[in-house]
Amino acid sequence: MSYYLSIILFTPLAGAFVLLLVNKENENAIRWIANVVAFLGFVVSVPLWFWFDPRGADFQFVERAAWIPSVGAEYFLGVDGLSTLLILLTTLMGTIAVLSSWTAITERVKEYYIFLLVLQTGMLGAFMSLDFLLFFLFWEVMLVPMYFLIGIWGSANRLYSAIKFFLYTLVGSVVMLLGILALYFAYHVQTGVYTFDVTQYQKAGFDAGLQWWVFLAFFLGFAIKVPMFPFHTWLPDAHTDAPTAGSVILAAVLLKMGTYGFLRFSLPILPDASHRFVPMMVVLSIIGIVYGALVALAQKDWKRLVAYSSVSHMALVMLGMFALNPVGITGSIVQQLNHGISTGALFLLVGIVYERRHTREISEYGGLSKVMPVYAAIFLIMTMSSIGLPTLNGFIGEFLILQGVFVADKRWAAFAASGIVLGAAYMLYLYQRTMFGKVENPKNERLLDLDNREFATFAPLLVLAVWIGIYPAPFLRRLESSVQHIVVRVSPQYAAKYAECNPTPTPDRVAASSNPAAKFLAAIPCDANGNPLPEKR
Amino acid sequence: MLLAIPLLPLLGFLINASFGRRISKAAAGAVACGAMLASFAIAVASVVRLASLEPDSRAIVSRAFTWISSGDFTADFTLRLDPLAAVMILVVTGIGTLIHVYSTAYMHEETAPEYARYFSYLNLFAAFMLLLVLGSNFLVMFVGWEGVGLCSYLLIGFWFEKRSASDAGKKAFIVNRIGDFGFVLGVLLAFVRFGTIDFQQIARAAAPMSPEAGFGTISIITLLLFVGATGKSAQIPLYVWLPDAMEGPTPVSALIHAATMVTAGVYMIGRNAVLFAHAPATLTVVAVIGTATALMAGTIALVQNDIKRVLAYSTVSQLGYMFLAMGVGAYAAGIFHLFTHAFFKALLFLGSGAVIHALGGEQDLRRMGGLKRDLPITYWTFLIGSIAIAGVPGFAGFFSKDEILFRTFASGHAALWTVGLLTALLTAIYMFRIVFLAFFGERPPEPVAPAHPEEEEPAAKGGHATGPTHLAHPTHLHDAPPAMALALIVLAIGSVLAGYASLGGRFERFLEPSFAPERVEEVADRGLELTLTAVSIAAALGGIAIAAYFFLKNRRAADRMAERFAGVRRLLQNKYYVDEIYNGAIVQPIRIVSENALWKAIDVRVIDGAVNGVGEAVTGASDILRRLQTGSVRAYAASLFLGVVLILGYYLWP
Repeated sequence: MSYYLSIILFTPLAGAFVLLLVNKENENAIRWIANVVAFLGFVVSVPLWFWFDPRGADFQFVERAAWIPSVGAEYFLGVDGLSTLLILLTTLMGTIAVLSSWTAITERVKEYYIFLLVLQTGMLGAFMSLDFLLFFLFWEVMLVPMYFLIGIWGSANRLYSAIKFFLYTLVGSVVMLLGILALYFAYHVQTGVYTFDVTQYQKAGFDAGLQWWVFLAFFLGFAIKVPMFPFHTWLPDAHTDAPTAGSVILAAVLLKMGTYGFLRFSLPILPDASHRFVPMMVVLSIIGIVYGALVALAQKDWKRLVAYSSVSHMALVMLGMFALNPVGITGSIVQQLNHGISTGALFLLVGIVYERRHTREISEYGGLSKVMPVYAAIFLIMTMSSIGLPTLNGFIGEFLILQGVFVADKRWAAFAASGIVLGAAYMLYLYQRTMFGKVENPKNERLLDLDNREFATFAPLLVLAVWIGIYPAPFLRRLESSVQHIVVRVSPQYAAKYAECNPTPTPDRVAASSNPAAKFLAAIPCDANGNPLPEKR
Repeated sequence: MLLAIPLLPLLGFLINASFGRRISKAAAGAVACGAMLASFAIAVASVVRLASLEPDSRAIVSRAFTWISSGDFTADFTLRLDPLAAVMILVVTGIGTLIHVYSTAYMHEETAPEYARYFSYLNLFAAFMLLLVLGSNFLVMFVGWEGVGLCSYLLIGFWFEKRSASDAGKKAFIVNRIGDFGFVLGVLLAFVRFGTIDFQQIARAAAPMSPEAGFGTISIITLLLFVGATGKSAQIPLYVWLPDAMEGPTPVSALIHAATMVTAGVYMIGRNAVLFAHAPATLTVVAVIGTATALMAGTIALVQNDIKRVLAYSTVSQLGYMFLAMGVGAYAAGIFHLFTHAFFKALLFLGSGAVIHALGGEQDLRRMGGLKRDLPITYWTFLIGSIAIAGVPGFAGFFSKDEILFRTFASGHAALWTVGLLTALLTAIYMFRIVFLAFFGERPPEPVAPAHPEEEEPAAKGGHATGPTHLAHPTHLHDAPPAMALALIVLAIGSVLAGYASLGGRFERFLEPSFAPERVEEVADRGLELTLTAVSIAAALGGIAIAAYFFLKNRRAADRMAERFAGVRRLLQNKYYVDEIYNGAIVQPIRIVSENALWKAIDVRVIDGAVNGVGEAVTGASDILRRLQTGSVRAYAASLFLGVVLILGYYLWP
């Protein structure tokens, strides 16, 4: 039990070692082993959903061991609600990515699966690490297999895209490392202890000037990963040229590293700087929302369109986060999961027609509804999920974000809500061009609909989309303590103000506070009558 | 029990969506109609139970589960049946059932999977529409609101192989999303202001306040909500999607784009009557927009040649009436017009569908004529619908339209009343233009080249708004088959009788709990009421007479008029060029800026240019530095020597 996280963490890596021992000619055996291992990785992580106690300690399943004692670095793992959900997303998407590659990858099969599995461990490690140096190690570990996945198994322009991805991210990480070291030494000055323990940093209260610089350093590392405007241009290239599984992992999990970084490190460790940078973050996010959507509208390449839609959606995630209030942050996290589900599915969908036709040009398609009805139905559901149709997952995140942002500043919300219109525009335009119309290209006349394996890659995503859309409570409950933990650090006024102006309870307030976490989360500023007020900056 | 009302059609949807490809057409149709009929039965039972309750406590609430709970934000998934919702669920399930039955015949030429797909969408629509009207808070309503939008999108584009159909579906969805943009912001502001999104709690909180004198928070909330309504209910400036929506199968036009979904905006205002009553500024906007829309759409309807487009503009116009009623505070009258309109407009659409069905897909009024003989059932029912919408006494439309006009005048909006009256006149003219052109006279021999090809309305160029179903051109015309005839006859009866529901103010009294504590003050001036009624009857009969003169007695006079006012005619035929203006002022600029400025200039040139520039600068610099690495020992020795000299010189320099 105490090694539970390590088991989740190293299952994929162990699988990669097993694969090393298999003869590379034996491709079917490799495929089977990789799929079994990936699925096993998912199965092993499922109890996390049940065993994680939403009312329990901040970090659970903690494992601590000395790693590099001379510098105070530890092997220190632990999860809260935020990382629990991201870990489950990772293991699920990893399984799907491996399964989706069965027929798509025919060359250097062994290396391919080894890289995928190593990547999996890297991502899981980043979400579990509570030691900053360990986090950085996993952060860098992810980079290498992804570089090879794009560079070897990618399409036409793969070398350019792979190098661009690698260098872009590397620049960010190097600066981030400087930030980590600055905290490390500053913490030593404060306490005389050398440690990379993130939970200690979160309690430290660093000097405001230092926070300012470190925030910028982290910002560069995380913002490139998210990616935020104007650091986003690696993403369309990397996505377009990556193999399907690479795109899926990239969109569903790797981008979340950036937002996770902000939530886990920037906000709680650097609360003052986080506040000071709100204007910048908000402006960049709003630009990202509108800009990403507009550029998506103009795309002629299917995958590139989905990639730009990611820029827009992730910008919304960032905006919700920097509303710096409980609802906004909750929405931001939910939307990260949703983005993983819907955008992951959208990349899978492109991958399927790409495998059949070897082109991503939208104009090459049209009328696929007729020849691939099941595919068209799934594409429709995922389109609707992506544009936030109620009863599907996207709506929950989008609405919570808008609500949080609206409370913070109405004007921001007005900009953010423009995504409602633009998102529908580019997705429906894509859907029309690919699915509707007559089948005019003879090459499309005999396209096969989804087979069982392909359907199996979508089934869990469909279930999740509907589940989160209709009954998000189990997800929201798991996030409460994480969000509270962040909010207490970054926006303590939400707790304080609630206490000082808690009015005579109106019936709905009483109802709200029967929820145990409501006391902490429910505090939006209110006037003397107990009427909620929008927060003035 | 309340939950079953939307769940039954949802079940029908799930069955047809999952197994539709494997079951016969008869089975698919039976599942869909059966689900609707069962839902109707439960709706009737629920309403009966509701009516048996004390007037003050007339509401049945059914709470399913807590949907979203985050921080102080809570949204329960709760359904609530009150008199207003009761009217709506009866319309949706009752007329919905009839249209399902009608569709079994209308769509019979589709293949089995397509047939099942059609019915699955139709069932899904009904489920979302019922959720919309039964939702007890803004968010549940929004689920239905968006859901019906999705179904509308899917059904408009049902014949998706046609470019015009898929374009129309997309347009409907995106234009509606513009409305949703306002709606969502309105809901958020309402939450910030009242701390809840529950309709009842908001109404209770707002009731004791005094109406806002200027333009305060409640005015902004209601105005934002109204933006949503203009999208869903096709009002200026967002009405442009509805005429194009006629690309969908005709029963869909009848159900979604006439009887139910497009009235959601009116319903939403009725649902929040208390809130709107506290924002007189917004109400004025609502009334003016409604009136302007009614008039504008009425004038366009005069000259359209596609039978469904005339009806579509007529719907826009009638919705304008409903908003006029809401805007002058006559909520019950507005909802009553919604109720009667559902009958006769569904009837008219289904009748036009029967005509189109009989003529093998023909929708152009100029190529119709003399259908009275061949299609007696269609003719008589269509005539009843036309009389009803025109406002002839004794038929449903008269009661509701007259009530709206009276309330408008009585509340001191004489100008709006005048425009409303003019629109009533137009309504009678364009409706009887259809009647006389389609059912009287002689059918012109095929094919008829339009008299003025250059004046051919742009919409007609895209072909006729039906799918592959009706391509054949039969020589023998057959009247509506039994399933279609049944729906026509039942709706025709409704188009007469529905109006009598309001006799003695019964309808208004039934709805009162929903609008309480907003009580419309009784206007007791019987003399004024009778005078106004006489005037509106005159308008209706006058309109019919004008139509009879121009389109029955003396068609040459119509042509002469058209020639004399060629400019006006062209303006109307081109629908005031609004589509062109939107395209030129909004759509194209966004496209051009996105593609050329944002993507190809900023993204590719500026940002990537900078990124690649850094890369190239590094490569360039290394290219120069590389030259130092010559590999020649002499060069290295020379630089070594130079270095030694420089270092020594530095230290030895005095």
